[in-house]
Amino acid sequence: MGAFITSSACISPQNTINTSVFPSELVQYSTNQLHCIEPNYRDYINPLQLRRMSKVLKMGLGAAMMCQKQNNSLNPDAILVGTALGCSDDLEKFLFSVTNNKEQSLSPTTFIQSTHNMVAAQIAVVLKNHNYNMTYCHRGFSFEEALIDAMMLIKEGQANTILLGGVDEMTPNNYKFFNYLDYWKKEPISNLQLLNFNNAGTIAGEGACFFNISAKNDANNSYINDVSIFYKPQNINEIEEHISLFLKNNNINKDSLNLVLLGLNGDFNLDANYHQLMQHYFSKNTSFAYYKHLCGEYATSSSFALWLANCILQNKHVPEVIKINKTENNKIDNILIYNHYLNNNHSLMLISKK
Amino acid sequence: MSKRVFVTGIGIVSAIGNNVVETIDSLKASKTGIINTSDFISSPRSIPVAAVKLNNLDLISLLKLNEQSKMYSRTALLGMLAAKEALNYIKRSYSKQPRTGLVSATTVGGMNFSEQFYNGLLADDTYKEYIETFDCGDVAERIADFLAIKDYVATISTACSSSANAIMLGARLIKNNKLDRALVGGTDALTKFTISGFNSLEILDNEPCKPFDANRKGLTIGEGAAYLLLESEEIVNKENIICELKGYANANDAFHPTASSPEGFGAYLAMKQTLDKGNIEPNAIDYINAHGTGTDINDISEGRAIEKLFLPKIPPISSTKAFTGHTLGASGAIEAVLSALAIKHRMIYPNLHFNQQIKELSFAPVTKLLTNVNIKNVLSNSFGFGGNNTSLLFSLQ
Repeated sequence: MGAFITSSACISPQNTINTSVFPSELVQYSTNQLHCIEPNYRDYINPLQLRRMSKVLKMGLGAAMMCQKQNNSLNPDAILVGTALGCSDDLEKFLFSVTNNKEQSLSPTTFIQSTHNMVAAQIAVVLKNHNYNMTYCHRGFSFEEALIDAMMLIKEGQANTILLGGVDEMTPNNYKFFNYLDYWKKEPISNLQLLNFNNAGTIAGEGACFFNISAKNDANNSYINDVSIFYKPQNINEIEEHISLFLKNNNINKDSLNLVLLGLNGDFNLDANYHQLMQHYFSKNTSFAYYKHLCGEYATSSSFALWLANCILQNKHVPEVIKINKTENNKIDNILIYNHYLNNNHSLMLISKK
Repeated sequence: MSKRVFVTGIGIVSAIGNNVVETIDSLKASKTGIINTSDFISSPRSIPVAAVKLNNLDLISLLKLNEQSKMYSRTALLGMLAAKEALNYIKRSYSKQPRTGLVSATTVGGMNFSEQFYNGLLADDTYKEYIETFDCGDVAERIADFLAIKDYVATISTACSSSANAIMLGARLIKNNKLDRALVGGTDALTKFTISGFNSLEILDNEPCKPFDANRKGLTIGEGAAYLLLESEEIVNKENIICELKGYANANDAFHPTASSPEGFGAYLAMKQTLDKGNIEPNAIDYINAHGTGTDINDISEGRAIEKLFLPKIPPISSTKAFTGHTLGASGAIEAVLSALAIKHRMIYPNLHFNQQIKELSFAPVTKLLTNVNIKNVLSNSFGFGGNNTSLLFSLQ
């Protein structure tokens, strides 16, 4: 049993605010860090609250409120957020005060706002929502675990409509630390040429993508058939087994997939799995696409992929700029998303719309 | 699809013991784990904390880890110790390999390393090996890898209700036929970060915490970890059952980021929905292990929520935080293990450091250890920042 996407909102490094149509012009970046294009938050958040909020809180709450507006402000039966790094900026600020022995200047607001579940909590306060409220903070599983929980709530009959999202901010310090670990490319590249370099490293990103999902059948809405995660597969065979089982559980043949949206990020080590699958696992006629040149790499980027997949299904159109190959395939009724984060956290999502 | 979920393994480490046996001994002796120390605060004074009596090297040696183990945060080490005890609590055999998952909770993750190396890392990459230990997800992955758990690995972080939520999720993953068994719980180490944080909120007591006492001044921070092994009806061996996890619910206070609402509406909802889920009436509850932090606001709002649900008959209540301190992300799991032990050993724990009843409340907590009590149902409360309230119902099978 799946769920229908009744509304979505996306704050990303592209012009995705207040639109469910793929942006006609892409934003090009010439550094290896993509920053979110943020809305005028005053349209969505009380200015008095806004003043004290860190970027991740604004992004999360802002995207959630945009999503609510599009869903006729129907108060959800549950609120779920996936965020790998949570409220990093406040956490860093408070940590800095603590480790520099500035006990006198400790700000309680900063401490409160460093708590990982603050986005979900703030949404509940604003919506005066007393229902189930959950926050997942598990690296590249964070968003998927929120979605799996949401789908279980619907199946259990505990919830009919659910607000959920994935949000992460790339703070300057986290960008720097991940650079020490060689996550990013050594030379600055254009995001629009992400896959043109056969070398290590990717580009950094961030985003906040929220969805209202519902048990209520509505043929106008995209349907999330299923979501699945798997941890540290040993080899490509194990990955293929997971994909095959996932497709089998959903009664779909790999040849019937209209589009496979992959988490390629331009790092030749991390992309090897995707290339293997494209060459040897999926059939020759399969259409492949990618998305991380638009949003950059971050642990909850799969929420951007889901936003994009919904956008494609709603408009029955695959934008040229995300295509990896050209095929004769024009039908676009279903999309398989396969992403992995650092080859540890792998996930599959199947979305469809007749 | 499993309709029922059973607890068949428990593991715990806290200021009152490094394992289940030591914990029971401390509980029976009414012995608190709270001590005074100046280790975690920069001003030249000491404060009470509830620290685990093992340093990181002790933990590494107990866990028989190799030389790479210096990269394990204290939060991960504590978690590994308790998780291993829960998984190996008894010898189990299965006709076919059960699908096993880990749902782990933490609020600080590898904060003890962040505190040591963050400033250095701003300058250069000397300590870069520690970077991947800073986040919450690292802790669960360390535990999962250590115990070779692969079928589901999740991290929940909802402040002080985190591990109660982890327990609830594990049960639901089993009931939704995604897993046959789930190792669930949480871990948090003592850090300057959290102590300074609660200090900045002015809710730390300068004496060992006194939950539900009229003169309570705040909480005492503790550290520890606890995990429970949950098994489905299909795979469980009845002889191994400690108790059943019969009900659970999460509700939100939606009032304020840190303070609970005066009437404890979220707490009331969590308890009420948990009883409904377990299909039992309030008068069937034999013991409430309260959240009872010892802060002015928590104890009164939790007390009012309890009154609203349970009056005219308030069951025996105690907070065990005067034993273990408030172990934050681990507290829900630590108190879940204590709830399971209450059922197994037919005892109700005293609420230490209690002197005088809160005048706004109609009840006082249990102050002496009660033994040979007939306990069928225990309700355990865990409430966190962001109004995140969770209750769990453990029942005699």
